[in-house]
Amino acid sequence: MTTKPDFVYVSYIATTPEKVWQAFVDTDVMRKYWVGPTAQCARVNVSDWKPGSRWEHQRADGTCTVDIVGTVIESDPPRRLVYSWARPSDAEDESKHSRVSIDIEPHIDGLVRLTVTHRDLERDPQMLAGISGGWPMVLSNLKTLLETGRVLPRLVPAA
Amino acid sequence: MPQQLADIDKVFKALADPGRRRLLDLLHQDNGQTLSALCVHMDMTRQAVTQHLQQLEAANLVAVVWQGREKLHYLNPVPLHEISERWIGKFERSRLGALRDLKRRLEGHDDDNKT
Repeated sequence: MTTKPDFVYVSYIATTPEKVWQAFVDTDVMRKYWVGPTAQCARVNVSDWKPGSRWEHQRADGTCTVDIVGTVIESDPPRRLVYSWARPSDAEDESKHSRVSIDIEPHIDGLVRLTVTHRDLERDPQMLAGISGGWPMVLSNLKTLLETGRVLPRLVPAA
Repeated sequence: MPQQLADIDKVFKALADPGRRRLLDLLHQDNGQTLSALCVHMDMTRQAVTQHLQQLEAANLVAVVWQGREKLHYLNPVPLHEISERWIGKFERSRLGALRDLKRRLEGHDDDNKT
């Protein structure tokens, strides 16, 4: 049973599937690019990325404040990662969880097609508004990092 | 780098047409529409809408997802964000830098320009 996605984001990146995968599971890479439009600091997603494991979206400012939590649903390196997405206060209430799928496919000309799909966001309308600006910035930052090795100037490493 | 330039050319060309911008606006209002749903709001033939969508897809401004037998079109804002970072952000930064320098000069904080 699949619902219609709320958002589909696609980026073509001149890199390898392995490097894209690493960027979604390795906090040392994440802290270099994962920042949203309103964020004061980078964010990292912390988990062992095994199906059934919990993951946490933490602030990389030394406080490790948790803003989003969820459960790893699928983990197939370096091709596909699926996890649920919820506010910490809704962690136990699965009816409010949305779902993120990350698909990494080799494309022509040494490019990788990265697709991020976010669905079931109607369960939390405020979350829908919050993430719609976030993903494009995160994916655009990731492309810059993987293609140029450059970290964005406004991303000052905190801790 | 040539690959990136070609990608940006495609995005600017795709955005240069009012019909294609209208399609992006329609998807912004209601993401994930079929061709038929989009045609209702477009004052042109189905074939013309199809061609515009193909150009938007080639520029990666529209992403397509199959849901059963329905082909759904999604606005993909990632290339727009790349343009914003690479062009608008860049110019804004230099303007902000110029303002800062002007302020310094006027307030006399810049030692090099003290006379």
